[in-house]
Amino acid sequence: MTMEQQERRRSFGFAVPALIWTCAFFVVPFLVMLVLSLAHLEGRQIVQDFDLGNYVKIFTEPSLFKGIVVSLEITVTVTILSVLLAWPLAWIIATQVPERYQRLAIMLAVLPFWTSYVVRSYAWALVLGQNGVLMQGLIGIGILDEPIQIMATRAATVIGFVHFFVMLLTLTIYSNLIQLSPNYARAAADLGANGWNTFRLVILPLTLPGIMTGAFLTFVLCIGDYITPQILGGNNELSMPQLIMLQLGRRGDFPMASALSVVLMVIVTLAYAASARWLKMERV
Amino acid sequence: MRMLGWLYMAAIFVFIFLPVIVLVLFSFQDSRLPVPPFDGPTLKWYGQVLADRGMMEALRNSLAVAIISAAVALLLGFFAAQGLARVKLPGSILMRGLLIAPMTVSYLIIALGLLTVFNNLGFRPSLWTTGIGHVVINLPLCFAILFAAMGDHQKNAERAARDLGASDLQVLFLVTAPMLKPALLAAFFLSVTFSWDEFIIAFLLTRFDVTLPVEIWSMLRSGLSPATNAIGSLVFLVSIVILILLELTVFRKSKT
Repeated sequence: MTMEQQERRRSFGFAVPALIWTCAFFVVPFLVMLVLSLAHLEGRQIVQDFDLGNYVKIFTEPSLFKGIVVSLEITVTVTILSVLLAWPLAWIIATQVPERYQRLAIMLAVLPFWTSYVVRSYAWALVLGQNGVLMQGLIGIGILDEPIQIMATRAATVIGFVHFFVMLLTLTIYSNLIQLSPNYARAAADLGANGWNTFRLVILPLTLPGIMTGAFLTFVLCIGDYITPQILGGNNELSMPQLIMLQLGRRGDFPMASALSVVLMVIVTLAYAASARWLKMERV
Repeated sequence: MRMLGWLYMAAIFVFIFLPVIVLVLFSFQDSRLPVPPFDGPTLKWYGQVLADRGMMEALRNSLAVAIISAAVALLLGFFAAQGLARVKLPGSILMRGLLIAPMTVSYLIIALGLLTVFNNLGFRPSLWTTGIGHVVINLPLCFAILFAAMGDHQKNAERAARDLGASDLQVLFLVTAPMLKPALLAAFFLSVTFSWDEFIIAFLLTRFDVTLPVEIWSMLRSGLSPATNAIGSLVFLVSIVILILLELTVFRKSKT
């Protein structure tokens, strides 16, 4: 054996434990789920008959199909709103805040990130409830006469999500913005672009990698999250993760839960394929 | 224009901090409901939470799971990064992809897959099964951070050490690890916080001994209470302390 072959074999040896772990506890469970999604429940018995019954049901039964629609609507709304709110904030921090305070400003902007995820949703329930701070405040200053219902609606879910993802996106867009040389904007101005055109034709395209990386992360985390819609959105309309948990809890319908999970994964994969050419995952 | 910018920043900061302020403020609420008007301050809810046996046990469970699973993820990730960064192997891109893949899959799906497999094998849900799940989600993170941190100057130092007769493990722990200390610490602390805060895997893969987020979840189901605010504020405080430690140790040093 040559030196090089020896070194290769040794290197590969180092990667083996992690590969085994990932195969045993990630790939195998996924394959098991894939097979299980082709089974169905009879009474409490799982019958493995390798048919597409669950998938047909997901796309034909309104209560299940609506979960896909609800999840997609919420996720797209959240992603767009978060980008629209985060970009200006990242830009202001990167260009208006003096350089030595920027690190502090960014740390502050993402500080609530470090509250527990469950607790953060609960805190929004406190803010948005009928007797909560927001309603009492709005009534107090005379904007509202009586509280309006936000809790247990989609609006509450969206607010809770946007809060989380504005922080995430501010971070990814900011780290993109500070890598841009101010010379780009200067050059655009020298060549006669006004402020709007500089933004639209120069700065915005240059921050696309940051936007798309953040937007993809938002999409993935948002569409797969059970906690926020469950605590804030209530049970009026169910997102896909809520449907999956419902299958597990009420009937122990693992095959249907698996099929829903596979559909969820396919949606995420499609989102990845759509945004792949902008993603710079290695920078995150 | 500049004025408008500051106003916008102030407005977003209000939005970002509103729930945290409400959370912490009403943990000092005197009456039974954490809604206005504020009638505190009192520390009785903190007293109640700290005296709550179930809560404190959940806290210890969470810490144990977080530290052990982060350590395992770090070790596996470190070895893998070392193996795949040092030489070009056939299929190394594929192996890298495999190791990163769990990052793009929802925690719920990872939890469901593990639950299905453990059910089939007859493993009872426990803190151990939860820990396994947490290693699955943190391994890609550790691997990615460490892989990105490994550079050419490390390679040369490692080669020198081997030429001088060091064994593989000696090289790894006496040469590589010290050079990568900031990245190792960052990966470890990030993994600890992710595991510490993780809910859905712990919810599906524990039964009697639960972690803190699961305990808080069951507390939520009995309605709003300042006690929930108190435990939430405590958890936040712990995270902030970890964050400040990280800032002072890892990032301060990496700058100099």
